[in-house]
Amino acid sequence: MIKLRIKTAAFAALLTVTALAAVGCRTNFFPVSGAVAGWDRGDKTQTFDASTLWQYIDGGADQYVNAGVVSASTCDYKYQGNLEAVVDIYTMKAAAGAQKVFDADPPLDAKTPQLGDAARLYERSLVFRKGKYLVRITAYQSAPGEADALLALANAIASKM
Amino acid sequence: MQSRREFVKEMVAGAAVLGSGTKFAWCQTKGAEKSKVVIVRDAKLRTPGPAPDEARVAALLDHAMQTYFGAQNPLQPWKQLVRPGQVVSLKLNAMGGRAIAPSVALVAAICERLQQAGIKPGDIIVWDRGSRDLEMAGFKLSNAPGAVRFFGTDTAGYESSAVSYGSVTTRLAKIFTQSDVVLNLPVLKNHNLAGVTMAMKNMYGVIDNPSNFHGSACDPYIADLNMIPQVRQKVRFVIADIKTAVFEGGPSYRPEYSWNEDGLLVGEDRVAIDTISAQIIERKRAEKGLQTLEKKGTPTHFLATAADAQHKLGTNDPARIALIERSIS
Repeated sequence: MIKLRIKTAAFAALLTVTALAAVGCRTNFFPVSGAVAGWDRGDKTQTFDASTLWQYIDGGADQYVNAGVVSASTCDYKYQGNLEAVVDIYTMKAAAGAQKVFDADPPLDAKTPQLGDAARLYERSLVFRKGKYLVRITAYQSAPGEADALLALANAIASKM
Repeated sequence: MQSRREFVKEMVAGAAVLGSGTKFAWCQTKGAEKSKVVIVRDAKLRTPGPAPDEARVAALLDHAMQTYFGAQNPLQPWKQLVRPGQVVSLKLNAMGGRAIAPSVALVAAICERLQQAGIKPGDIIVWDRGSRDLEMAGFKLSNAPGAVRFFGTDTAGYESSAVSYGSVTTRLAKIFTQSDVVLNLPVLKNHNLAGVTMAMKNMYGVIDNPSNFHGSACDPYIADLNMIPQVRQKVRFVIADIKTAVFEGGPSYRPEYSWNEDGLLVGEDRVAIDTISAQIIERKRAEKGLQTLEKKGTPTHFLATAADAQHKLGTNDPARIALIERSIS
């Protein structure tokens, strides 16, 4: 009985370490300030797992949970000091999950830059998937050269994956 | 009560604003008591920056409120809604960040009118579930005595005892229970489960376990939640910021699926408001060549449930809704 408990505790500890390592890895996907020209990273990165994702996107979480989300990390950015944007990185169990979420969105008038496994670029947002990762970059205002700036930030994130 | 001539005039004006090809069923009805929903738009609301024009937002609010209440001056509606000595809270839907949250200018204008109606600044609370959401929407958190307070339920917490109605058992936010009057400030968005999130769905932000109530397109949960006596009684009025709206991919902010309505929508009948909102979103989806919400698998069945004989929260019958649309230029 005691052995079983120790084994269970050891397994739980291993899971925790693995999970923390994974979180650390995801956090590292966010480029630091200055790594991409004009972009500054906010000081807070938040991470949610499948059971807490609703706290970030209540009502929107189910789509990701159904596609096998493991975690979602989010970080604020500013471009040239005034354009606010948010980067969300969803880590799915498998690439099929990232594709499922990506394909659920109607493409409308999106451009499709060469980025990751597939990408859509709009005037004020960009979404791409690469392997088991799905990345959304959402800008809150319009600015000249914004699409290029979003693409540059996305390329920097993709290069780390 | 409007005369037949006035009513038709309103509807004709509304149709002109909506544009050709749009013909709502209630334009052709007459008589009987209707639930009033007022939409006022201002094409010059936006500035080159991220925030709308403060003066125009304040004027838009006054116009919408006076139209709804048939008031001769801007203060009269507020005196009908609140009384001095009451604690009045503004429940925002701020989770989408500042691009799709009630604007700071709108909240400031409401707070000013409340104070002019006799509410002490310290008795006004602006809130949502998360403090971070408020900050992301552009609000500065504050709990300073004697001033309007801004904070989230994550700071104030939930009641220890649960309340129930039908399928919903939950704990209410303390900010909510400690308010005498709650003004509901939603935004107009598609919701990838319920089809639409507007007035009734915004009440998911006043409870501690919203994630329990997303099955079956949120039906009957949305209606049952709104039937909880405190939720039904305290929420007196809806002032929706529809400057920007989301027709797909919601409830998160999705710029690629957003459009500018540049207006305010106000009313009391939460079901009528959500019914009109669903029609506005369906119209935009059709314009974009997207499936109806029903075909997409996100039907707005909660509207019929909220209006049924068990709930009677309002009407989802377009023939019983008086939509009044105005434009400021």
